Amino acid sequence: MNVFQLSYKNLFRRKVRTLFTIIGITLSTWVLVTLLGFNKGYENSLNDNIEGMGFQIVLTAKGCPYEAATLMLKGGTGLRYMPEEMVADVASRKEVAQATAQLMHVEFDPNKGENGGSVVYLGIDPTTFAEMKPYLEFTQGKWFEQQTGNVVVLGYEAAELEQREVGDLMLLSGSEAEYEVVGVLKRTGTQDDGMIFLPLQTAQKAFNKQNELTMLGIRLNKDVNQTAFEEELYKLPDVQVVSMAQVKNTIMGLVSSAKVIVLSIAFIAFIIAMFGVLNTVLMSVFERYQEIGILKSMGAMPKDIFKMILIETTILCSAGGLLGIGFSYLFSGISEVAIRYFLPFAPNGKLILIDSQIALFAFVSITLIGIVGGMYPAWRASKVRPLDSIRSE
Amino acid sequence: MKSIISVKNLTKIYERGSEKIHAVDGVNLEINQGDIVSVIGESGSGKTTLVNLIGCLDNPTSGELYLDGQQIFAQGVELSESKLTRIRSEFFGYVFQKFFLIPTLTVKENILLPSIFQSKVKTSEKELDEIMTLLGILKRKNHLPSELSGGEMQRVAIARALVGKPKILIADEPTGNLDSKRSQEIKDLLIKLNKEFGITIIMVTHSPELAKIGNRMIEIKDGKIS
Repeated sequence: MNVFQLSYKNLFRRKVRTLFTIIGITLSTWVLVTLLGFNKGYENSLNDNIEGMGFQIVLTAKGCPYEAATLMLKGGTGLRYMPEEMVADVASRKEVAQATAQLMHVEFDPNKGENGGSVVYLGIDPTTFAEMKPYLEFTQGKWFEQQTGNVVVLGYEAAELEQREVGDLMLLSGSEAEYEVVGVLKRTGTQDDGMIFLPLQTAQKAFNKQNELTMLGIRLNKDVNQTAFEEELYKLPDVQVVSMAQVKNTIMGLVSSAKVIVLSIAFIAFIIAMFGVLNTVLMSVFERYQEIGILKSMGAMPKDIFKMILIETTILCSAGGLLGIGFSYLFSGISEVAIRYFLPFAPNGKLILIDSQIALFAFVSITLIGIVGGMYPAWRASKVRPLDSIRSE
Repeated sequence: MKSIISVKNLTKIYERGSEKIHAVDGVNLEINQGDIVSVIGESGSGKTTLVNLIGCLDNPTSGELYLDGQQIFAQGVELSESKLTRIRSEFFGYVFQKFFLIPTLTVKENILLPSIFQSKVKTSEKELDEIMTLLGILKRKNHLPSELSGGEMQRVAIARALVGKPKILIADEPTGNLDSKRSQEIKDLLIKLNKEFGITIIMVTHSPELAKIGNRMIEIKDGKIS
């Protein structure tokens, strides 16, 4: 037998107390890992969503920039329109690698879900749109090639919801005309999953928005000074210039104050865990006061006793830490649902991303915090004199 | 017989407020190797304090202690806890009224506890079995303390004290928690240990029966040998 085995067995004396201490540490670790995972997952998903749009700048009709951001990411309501003529003007500029015009239309469908819901249609130019989003892949069919015609491509979720496959016919909300499904996209984890795509001119005609657009997505050539180019675009009348970096910064700015609060909660949970460990180990030292004295009469040096108590603490914290990390992984789905429920805006994709770096950081942190908490009881134990324990007999 | 313990003018004074209590008051004593010394006296007479000083569980206020010819306590020198621990593990094994067995460890693991802390203690399985056979607890080897009788627990405590091969066994009221039958067993065992291993035994007891096994009996009164 060695000191480690002795320390390990000591933890089984007060099983309930040991269990509750481990639960405390587990919960703290769980909170920390989930929050750190959320920090990482949210930022990654937001980046993916924005990069998934395929462009760096969006021109929309003049209005609130937050509304524009929502419109781009989620398909907002209260759409504004800008004239189609500017497409040629912007697309011909030397800084522009690609520009794609889009007309978004949102229609309330009373038959969607239990209480009805919005259906988002996106009129696109199939050539430019497909080039700017080369990562979009099809489960069935392909992009429509013509600029007109009653054809649609469904995002993955839209196809699931509409229960349609390639070759099926479907009605657009509020329209009598039938449209043929020519393609169904694979899941992307972005807003594209819920969209119904149709040719731009068809959309303009169907939604009565002739020569109007909701946005123009612009991808720049390499080495273009984006800020200077945006300044140029500001000179265009009645358009709002929104850079994707701005959108990201705006959203991250809104979320950052919430992040500070949640990280503070995690920190407090950690401190509580530390005092929990300190309390448990200190109680255990007091209870074993005589026994520790007897161990010293058997030749245990103060450093042996210090080590023994510190090993007990480390085992407690490691067990709690590992369980906490395990629970974070296991229940990240449920945590994600809860977080989504409370957040005003959450990007598509995995919102809680727990990787080995976060797990390792949390494990090392909780173990260190526990060891700090165990220092004082260990020191107290190392100072026990055999004589005192015999006297207290 | 060779002297193993030599005590010269050993004094321990406790201060209680302005009052000074001479728990041990200038004791001089020689104990030979192989002696069984029974220390008797009324409660509060200072017998346990004297044995604790001899057993290096405490520093004296003044006086000298020699163990096997080595000076341990010298006038005006207080030893650190670490140094006392080293001396204790070199010379002594202790048995107390309470058994202090670790409830989560088996009998075997409890007996081997000193080997965790003392690198010199290397007990083979054979030696362990011999000690356990001698003490009549071999069949209890893998049992937990909660499964033992009081007498068996005290035997385990004695085995634990012996595993470090001490020269001196300090026993403070070793039968204090036992009924007469178990007390008799422990008494016989102490005699056996003394005879078979030549181990020096110093025991504090209130029991006249147990005190009789000593080849020397020391009565303490008001901190002095009377």
